[in-house]
Amino acid sequence: MSDIKKIKDDYIDKLNTENNVDKVNNIKSELFGKNGIISNEFKKLGSISVEERKKLASDLNNVKDELQNKISIKIQEIETQEINLKLEKEKIDVTLPERDIEIGKIHPVSQVIDEISSIFSEIGFSVEEGPDVENEYNNFTALNTPDNHPARDMHDTFYLDNNKELLLRTHTSPVQVRTMLKGKPPFKIIAPGRTYRSDSDQTHAPMFHQVEGLHIDKNINMGHLKGCLNYFIKEFFEVDKIKMRFRPSHFPFTEPSAEVDIGYEIKNGKIVIGEGDKWLEILGCGMVHPNVLKNVKVNPSKYQGYAFGIGIDRLGMLKYGINDLRAFFETDYRWLTHFGFDPLDVPSNYRGLSR
Amino acid sequence: MKFTVDWLKNHLDTKFNNNQIIDKLTNIGLEVESFENSTSESDSFIVAKIINAKTHPNADRLKLCDVDIGSDKTIEVVCGAPNAKNGLLTVYAPPGSIIPKNQMKLSVSKIRGVTSYGMLCSESELLLSNESDGIIELKNNKYANKIGEKYFKNTSEKVIDLSITPNRPDCLGVRGIARDLSAAGAGKLKINKKSNLKHRGNQNIKVTIKKEKAQGCTIFGSCLIKGVTNKESPKWLKDKILSLGQKPISAIVDITNYVMFDLNRPLHAYDADKIDNEIIVRSSSKGESFEALDNKKYILENDMCVISDRSGVLGLGGIIGGTRSGTEYSTKNILLESAYFLPRSIRKTSKQLNIDTDAKFRFERGIDPLSIEEGLIKASELIKQICGGEISNLDVKKIENYKKTSINFDPFLFEKTTGFNVENKELIKILEKLGFNVSKNKKILKLAIPSWRPDITQPIDIVEEIVRIKGYEHINTLEPIKTRLKPTLNYYQKLFHFLQRSVASKGYLETVTWSFTDSKINQLFKENDEEIQIVNPISSDLNVLRNSIFPNLLFYLKKNLDRGFKDISLFEIGPAFKGKNPGDQLTVIGAVRAGKVSRLSWNDKERIVDTFDVKKDVIQSLCEAGINKDDIIIDDRTPSYYHPGKSGGVYQNKNEKNAIAYFGEIHPNIIKKLDIKTEGLVIFEICLDYIKESKQKIKDSKSEYKFSDFQKSERDFAFIINKNFKSQELVNIIKSVDKKLIKSVRVFDVFEGENIPEGKKSIAVNVTIQSEEKTLNENDLDNINKLIISSVESKSGAKIRS
Repeated sequence: MSDIKKIKDDYIDKLNTENNVDKVNNIKSELFGKNGIISNEFKKLGSISVEERKKLASDLNNVKDELQNKISIKIQEIETQEINLKLEKEKIDVTLPERDIEIGKIHPVSQVIDEISSIFSEIGFSVEEGPDVENEYNNFTALNTPDNHPARDMHDTFYLDNNKELLLRTHTSPVQVRTMLKGKPPFKIIAPGRTYRSDSDQTHAPMFHQVEGLHIDKNINMGHLKGCLNYFIKEFFEVDKIKMRFRPSHFPFTEPSAEVDIGYEIKNGKIVIGEGDKWLEILGCGMVHPNVLKNVKVNPSKYQGYAFGIGIDRLGMLKYGINDLRAFFETDYRWLTHFGFDPLDVPSNYRGLSR
Repeated sequence: MKFTVDWLKNHLDTKFNNNQIIDKLTNIGLEVESFENSTSESDSFIVAKIINAKTHPNADRLKLCDVDIGSDKTIEVVCGAPNAKNGLLTVYAPPGSIIPKNQMKLSVSKIRGVTSYGMLCSESELLLSNESDGIIELKNNKYANKIGEKYFKNTSEKVIDLSITPNRPDCLGVRGIARDLSAAGAGKLKINKKSNLKHRGNQNIKVTIKKEKAQGCTIFGSCLIKGVTNKESPKWLKDKILSLGQKPISAIVDITNYVMFDLNRPLHAYDADKIDNEIIVRSSSKGESFEALDNKKYILENDMCVISDRSGVLGLGGIIGGTRSGTEYSTKNILLESAYFLPRSIRKTSKQLNIDTDAKFRFERGIDPLSIEEGLIKASELIKQICGGEISNLDVKKIENYKKTSINFDPFLFEKTTGFNVENKELIKILEKLGFNVSKNKKILKLAIPSWRPDITQPIDIVEEIVRIKGYEHINTLEPIKTRLKPTLNYYQKLFHFLQRSVASKGYLETVTWSFTDSKINQLFKENDEEIQIVNPISSDLNVLRNSIFPNLLFYLKKNLDRGFKDISLFEIGPAFKGKNPGDQLTVIGAVRAGKVSRLSWNDKERIVDTFDVKKDVIQSLCEAGINKDDIIIDDRTPSYYHPGKSGGVYQNKNEKNAIAYFGEIHPNIIKKLDIKTEGLVIFEICLDYIKESKQKIKDSKSEYKFSDFQKSERDFAFIINKNFKSQELVNIIKSVDKKLIKSVRVFDVFEGENIPEGKKSIAVNVTIQSEEKTLNENDLDNINKLIISSVESKSGAKIRS
């Protein structure tokens, strides 16, 4: 027994000081190989008495288990040590820059159009479009603005021919005409798009964006108009309450007509929409003029409804604190990066319109 | 339209204060643009303090004063007053102000070599007293806190400026505004005093309105005022004219202007002695000319309405008078005109000649045809009162009689349109106050329209009158009706949104540029499209509609490169115009990418952007938008602005005329012409209109979900093939060998040169083979391999590399 114990103690000591996996494996075969020390001890069992054998076998097995256990722990230990040592050498500076991120952006006008479309989609409007080049009839005459009407002076029009037959649309209202001419009532559409007027200064651009709205059915009255716009403005500016004022105005294609002002105030140099005692004009609207309905073959004694036109760029400027309209169209890399929106930021009702 | 509150009160008895009046005006549709003191010459004089007065370096009797005028910095003023001393409070006049005493306008000037910014004033200079020995000394206790404030209180009346919509000519006169206010409960419209003007003698200058087809005048009223003394207007009249923002000229002219703004009744005064015998109202002949009161000579076209005498044109009726018959201080006898001109004629003439006057503005919107006499009487009375003289009987010539019109109005239309109800009684009261004559026939109201309201022609106009006077605040705010008639977006609108955002997500900044561009740049991109010129462009470098998005995109790319940015990706989605008719336009995405990939990267090799960068962007975007990659074909037919050898088109069908997209390098000549300086420039475009609308939604067009768990094998092949042979075709040949077994073919190497014969290239492909029924054995695979090699060799002329 003492022999065995001595072997065990010797090898435990050996293993304790050993730090090399190969050497531990050598020890392992020294002990348990074909002619290993422990293997040989087992071989001896055959030549001793049954009683002694029983005890010795049990002792031998214990020693064997203990040593094998020690060996495997040792191997694990060394391996862990080696990995740790390797990992330490492999450390990289993770603060070095990543590969370039390519950041694209959506233009504020596009984002605002999507916001507007999302809001009106919630209350059943669908989106219509019309061409940028219009004929004189759709842009003016059909909209109850005949040639000699002074209201035409308010539209500085770009013409494409000397007879003034072809022009760049001065508003999105001709989409009303096209929509009604090609379909049958009821109509419930919005029409965002590019519009053009030949003036250009700090607050006017020769091209800008409008969204037209049109809802024609049998019993649509000014109360619906007010409700629809009140809903829209609240949703757009993402406020619970909105101070809104309908003010009588005049557009040849609507009657009665109104301009809509919203209340605002300046707080810490920033404009706050929905409160305050200052008014800001943001859109024009009214009940579609019976002459317009007649022009598009809709019977005004059966159908009536409202139309509105909103300046998209201006809404965007108000909501996102952009001061200069001209900058919208100047493709300045810095401006686009600053005011642009992440392409994944798709305006939607369930996620909230803006982030 | 400008006027003062006290002028309004000449016509309106009201207890409303100024703010209430302002609010009411806005609420009834007469939008108040501003409500401010009219500017006065005395505004510029400011309370100031001399901080330091030292002797002028070049003149012992002058002083050089540092003056605090309430702004951040003190101002240096040279002053000759003996009493100028440190700490003195006085009155400062900045450059630009007019000194009341001598009416001199101050400017920044050098006095003995030192610049003086403005002046310190004496009492005599400000006409306060005769004291001229020194500058004003203000009392410390009263003025010490007022440095920088105006010295004179602005006593001028506050002026209301209204923006009058084109349908309301009646409100281009103060009386019309008062009438609207009275209807809205803001007071009572004053009744015009009956005139007790005595007329003496007849208007003996013969007036004829010629009956011509194009005659623009239907009524010409006039009277003769003899023996007047024209002079400067009295103060009250001058103030009125000044409050309009106009300059007083002489009593006669000021009176005609005053009546125009008071009653919206334009008048014209002729020096009667300068009229050659008679007045003839007729249409002009081409080439006639006259010198107008704006000191410009106008050459007329045919059929413009002119007032003439035997010697020729005196003036353009209702637009502008001529200098030949103009009144002066020396004028003794006046012919006063009050006429009716047709809006259409006025508008046409003034547009042709490009003249805008207050009279034109009013006549083109429609003047009350029944106000001829009222205007003549009111103006004559004032002239007699101010300038003296005798007034003849009125002479009114007409070629057409005014017909009173009326409308039958069913009050139910009001509620139907506005959604709320107004009692008949109230409704009638509003209309009557607006000047309508109301009679009832059962439920229907018969309304005689006032002669000053040419805008009212049908029942809906009456609805508007009632609701605006009643107040828009009475309209209910109804919950939005949520009924939907059709889906929000159609296929192409959805495509628009998907593509827009998927291109942006590849690192491109979206921009929005004008739909017009410079024809010189446009012609590089217009291919066979017609050039669409704008007749009246905003500037000569924005003179055509863009045939392509690239002219603008490259113009702005260059600007950004010039700003020092090097790696730029931009895109725009919008119209490209193909013809000048409505609808001749396509919705296109244009995108540009310039510079390098991995510039100054610490771990990757930087390289110039190339065709395969944009090819990836365009194909990936199309796939994300729902187009199946297997359904597109790449071809090298591209527009001429692309590099002929390094660009491609994406087609949905082999022989399709129009590609749905193009990509590649831009033609080097264009880069040179546009002088764009960048290491690399690649572009792509997608034409949304050419993408075919899929008949099914993606969810319905997906094939059955199937997969194979049998072992797959990969085999590599290298072929020597003609240099011009397209890899896409090679891949297709291999795929078509066995569409079931060949799962994918990937080109992993292409090269020419060493060991490759001239005119040939080597293409290496990796082919994945997998059966859905069994694990393929070596024999099966060998067969496929042989088939692949033999197919490729026979169909493409390639040779397998050994």
